Parts: sequence; structure tokens; C-alpha cells
Amino acid sequence: MTQILDDIDRAIIVATQDGLPLVERPYDVVAEQVGIDGAELRRRMAAMLDSGVIRRVGLVPNHYALGYAWNGMTVWDVADDDVAAAGAALCSLGFVSHCYERPRLLPDWPYNLFAMIHAKRKDDADQLVARAAAALGGMNRGHRVLYSTRILKKTGLRLKGGGDVPPKPVPARA
Amino acid sequence: MDDTDRAIVNALQGGFPLSETPFADAAKALGLTPEQLITRIRVMKEQGVLSRFGPMYNADRFGGHNTLVAMSVPPDRFDEVAEIVNSFPEVAHNYQRDHHLNMWFVIAADSRERVARVLTEVQDRTGLPAHDMPKLTEFHIGLKFEA
Repeated sequence: MTQILDDIDRAIIVATQDGLPLVERPYDVVAEQVGIDGAELRRRMAAMLDSGVIRRVGLVPNHYALGYAWNGMTVWDVADDDVAAAGAALCSLGFVSHCYERPRLLPDWPYNLFAMIHAKRKDDADQLVARAAAALGGMNRGHRVLYSTRILKKTGLRLKGGGDVPPKPVPARA
Repeated sequence: MDDTDRAIVNALQGGFPLSETPFADAAKALGLTPEQLITRIRVMKEQGVLSRFGPMYNADRFGGHNTLVAMSVPPDRFDEVAEIVNSFPEVAHNYQRDHHLNMWFVIAADSRERVARVLTEVQDRTGLPAHDMPKLTEFHIGLKFEA
């Protein structure tokens, strides 16, 4: 679903995609940049939150910094007819952060359901994978876990290109 | 990171107030002054404990597009290819993973056409196939990380 946004909404997105200013009245500061008043800015942001253009407002922890060193992309081969049920089953586990259906790359890559898991220790990560497999039961025709071994780049959404310098690659685990 | 920082991280992964003085309102619930909350968020950002603070946008909802791309990069070319891929501002994140498909990155842009062009340019400049794996269905979760 695509939401119709006007130029002011897009200006708000551009002004806040790197984050909110860390001052007592951050919305007033952004509003001034955009050329509207603070109340109007907050009304528009609330509307974008309602419609899903804004997923949420708050902080995003770097999960590596919190000690989540084992970040696995679990990939599952499930029958097309089972994808909805399998996706719902993975969501309900309480430890999957993102879950998507994606196209298979046959013949090498039969996996069509992707779910991200995060753990502080390898044992815990393996246990989460086992719980996910148990939840899928007979719907699971095969799976793999691809752990990230290095973060090569991590930035947020960029509505207009340019401007950001990629950080140096860092090891995912010390 | 102390207990107060952990409480902030656990409380503010969503629901930051859209009020005139949101730090004051959020600080009250945490038993902090607005200045303390602002300072702690600033320090955690500087230390890299937080990667962002603000609204999280969903590009799909305003005509944008993103896709996941997988590449199988020969080990001796890995760093060179990573540099080419990362040079595109549309590449939002890029991870090395333990599989023969060893480079996985997200291309996000404000149109499908732009995403497709970046994909083509990546292939042209690296001489390697880049597999386009766009999401067909998103299962919504909203998991929070425990600090």
C-alpha cells in the first residue's frame, strides 16, 4: 500500500530520517526547518504513525553493542501453501525480529521464508533455531542458518541519495 | 551501560511521545529529569549503543522500494567488492555471512526504478551476479531487544 504524501510530509521525512534533535522541544526545531509550526508537525507525524508510514518513534539499539553477537538469518523451505501459517508460527515465538517471504533461487536456494534471530551466545542461538524448527514441524522441508560474520555497512533509510559515509567494516564478533 | 541506560533502552524502542516536550514526558516515567534523559541518549549514540533515535520510516508506504540482494563473492575479491557495493548510498546495510552466498545487502530507494538501476550497476561494476530477493510478504513483529 502506498500512502499519498505531500511535499511537507516528504520534507518532514528528509528532516528526520537521520533522527530527532536531542533538545527539549525537538519537534519545534524540525518544524522550523520545514517551515510549519510545531503542532502541525506533530499532527502530521501522528497521521504518518497511524497510516504506517512511520513504524514507530524511539531509539534503535545496536544489538551488537547490547551483546547480541550471534545474529542469524534463518531460512526455511516451506510449501507455498504453508507460508502464511509458517510465518505466523515464527512471529508468535517472541524472539524473531523480522520475518519475510522471499522468492526461491532454484536450484541452489530452495528457501522462501526468512527469519532473523539474535542471541548473546552460540548455544542460545542454536536453541532458538531448534525452537523455530519445532514450531514449524512438518511444514519445514529444510532450513539453514547464515550467521553474520562481519558488518560491512549499516545505515538507515535515505530518501535522497548521497551524503553519508559508510563506516569502516567491523567484525560481528570479537 | 548502567541500569538507568538499560531502563531507557528497554522503555524507548517505540512510543516516544509526540508531545511538545517529549523528553520531559518520557523522563518522568523513568524517574529522570529531561536533561538527564537527553544526555544519556546522546552519550549512548556517541558510544554506538544506539544506532538511531527518532522516527523509523517504512519506505514501502510512500512509494519507496527495497530489496535484499545476495552475492557469491570470491574470497580474494571480497573487500574490493564490498567497497564497490558500499559506495552506493542506496545500500542501507551489508553483511558478510557464512555461506557460498557470502555477501547480503539491502538496497533501499524512493522508487523501484532506482533500486533496479543500482542492482544493474552493482553487477556491471563487480562483474558478478547479484541475486534480487525482494520480500513477497512481510510478517509484522516489532520485537524489542532486552538491554
